Amino acid sequence: MIVALTGAILMLFVIGHLLGNLQIFLGPRWVNDYAQHLRDLGLLLWLVRTTLLIAVFLHIYFTVGLALENRRARPQRYQKRDYIKASYASRHMVVSGLVVLAFIVFHLLHFTARKFNPRFPLLKNDPLNHYDVYSMMVYGFQNVYVSGFYIIGLFLLTLHLTHGASSFFQSLGLNDKKLAPQLAFGARIFAWLLFIGYSAIPVAVLLGFIQPAQKL
Amino acid sequence: MNFPLRIWRQSDRQSKGKLVEYRATNISADTSFLEMLDIVNDELTERGEAPIAFDSDCREGICGTCALTINGQAHGPKHPAAACQLYMRSFRDGETITIEPFRAKPFPLVRDLVIDRSALDRIVQAGGFIAARAGSAPEANSMPVPKHNADRAMEAAACIGCGACAAACPNASAMLFTAAKVSHLAFLPQGAPERTLRALKMVRQMDAEGFGNCTNTYECEAVCPAEISASFIAKLNREYARAILQRSAGE
Ligand code: HEM
Ligand code: SF4
Ligand code: FES
Repeated sequence: MIVALTGAILMLFVIGHLLGNLQIFLGPRWVNDYAQHLRDLGLLLWLVRTTLLIAVFLHIYFTVGLALENRRARPQRYQKRDYIKASYASRHMVVSGLVVLAFIVFHLLHFTARKFNPRFPLLKNDPLNHYDVYSMMVYGFQNVYVSGFYIIGLFLLTLHLTHGASSFFQSLGLNDKKLAPQLAFGARIFAWLLFIGYSAIPVAVLLGFIQPAQKL
Repeated sequence: MNFPLRIWRQSDRQSKGKLVEYRATNISADTSFLEMLDIVNDELTERGEAPIAFDSDCREGICGTCALTINGQAHGPKHPAAACQLYMRSFRDGETITIEPFRAKPFPLVRDLVIDRSALDRIVQAGGFIAARAGSAPEANSMPVPKHNADRAMEAAACIGCGACAAACPNASAMLFTAAKVSHLAFLPQGAPERTLRALKMVRQMDAEGFGNCTNTYECEAVCPAEISASFIAKLNREYARAILQRSAGE
């Protein structure tokens, strides 16, 4: 139940975050304004950040606890094992979850604490005197390894959500025989849309469709 | 037909088991899977070897006693059907068949392919019944049941208690079994008075037995011989949430 609720909170965030980020395709004004608005929220921003942090913590605490119990529930493994319905994603939630966690840590250090890129501190504010998030993202993603890791992280998030996005309906009891296959299908579409949306940014940068707003 | 077999042999709970190779020869396609094992056992007995221990009773898919994991699937490759309803025509001639017991910590092994499933009985004992007033049968029409509810209750009541759901679950969770038992009574007016306590007690017993936790992989529904739908697990989650709310509201 807690896993489902925290998972749902995190999913809401992932959707909102994507909509925010996609503004990069609208130009530097949009993203930089948007980022400034977020920072202007002040206390509210910290409220959201704290909620997310608590949600992540609870989500991991409970899922890892449950997963350990699940391992103990079958001390003698099967010598031969064949799955009919349990999807690959559903059987590897812990692995995909942990890679996503590693990704989140890297991502926060990278773009929130602005580490790993010698050019980030050189960025000047944009003409409206906002921090130039646009150029930061572009310079960040111009590194192939960084972009590669983002895409891998996003792929695992997608895998996590192909199962998680319908699983939480079932956990909350919001499901019946007719709805279940539709939700499962919807969850897959949803997860892949997220993947396409998020990956479009590093891919567009690598292909040179998006250039930094200021040269360094 | 001829089949190379790999069968789990283990003399008791403490000893270490392993897969042992056997051969089933001259088996007709219309032999049932359990008859095939009977034939192999006859040959073993003739050679003076200990026969392979396995469970069965009705051999027509209604008692839930047979419990074999065949080629990595609970009850074998044909679904929905119990292992006793499986025929050798479902296999290719010469196909290697691996036979293991249902594996889950709450199903301790007794011998070879026989396991102890009393954990499921204890879940039912914890609340899967109606504390009924004894006496003569009441007038059947005195308690109206909507058709839809009666149908759902019948669907859930089809569970034969075989334990395949827990055996097949990647987490060894018995949620489908417990969901069927809880839902069955939750849909009927006779089950109403004990509805809240039943959900709480049966779930608590299920956890106490050491079953794993459901992560909605739906592997259970794929192997269930009684075609119990995983939507009953959503029903159990609703029943449980409702019970928790009612309890915290002091009802
Ligand atoms: C942005 C990050 C994440 C999102 C959006 C997310 C979302 C979800 C959702 C919606 C569920 C289904 C909940 C349910 O059915 O009860 C789920 C389940 C799960 N999550 Fe996450 N999660 C995230 C990160 C993580 C991390 C870091 C871990 C690390 C261990 C993790 C491990 C799991 C596990 C093991 C499950 C399985 C439980 C189940 O299938 O029901 N998740 N997640
Ligand atoms: S729910 Fe299905 S698989 Fe599980 S015990 Fe009942 S009949 Fe067997
Ligand atoms: S022996 Fe009764 S169900 Fe298989």
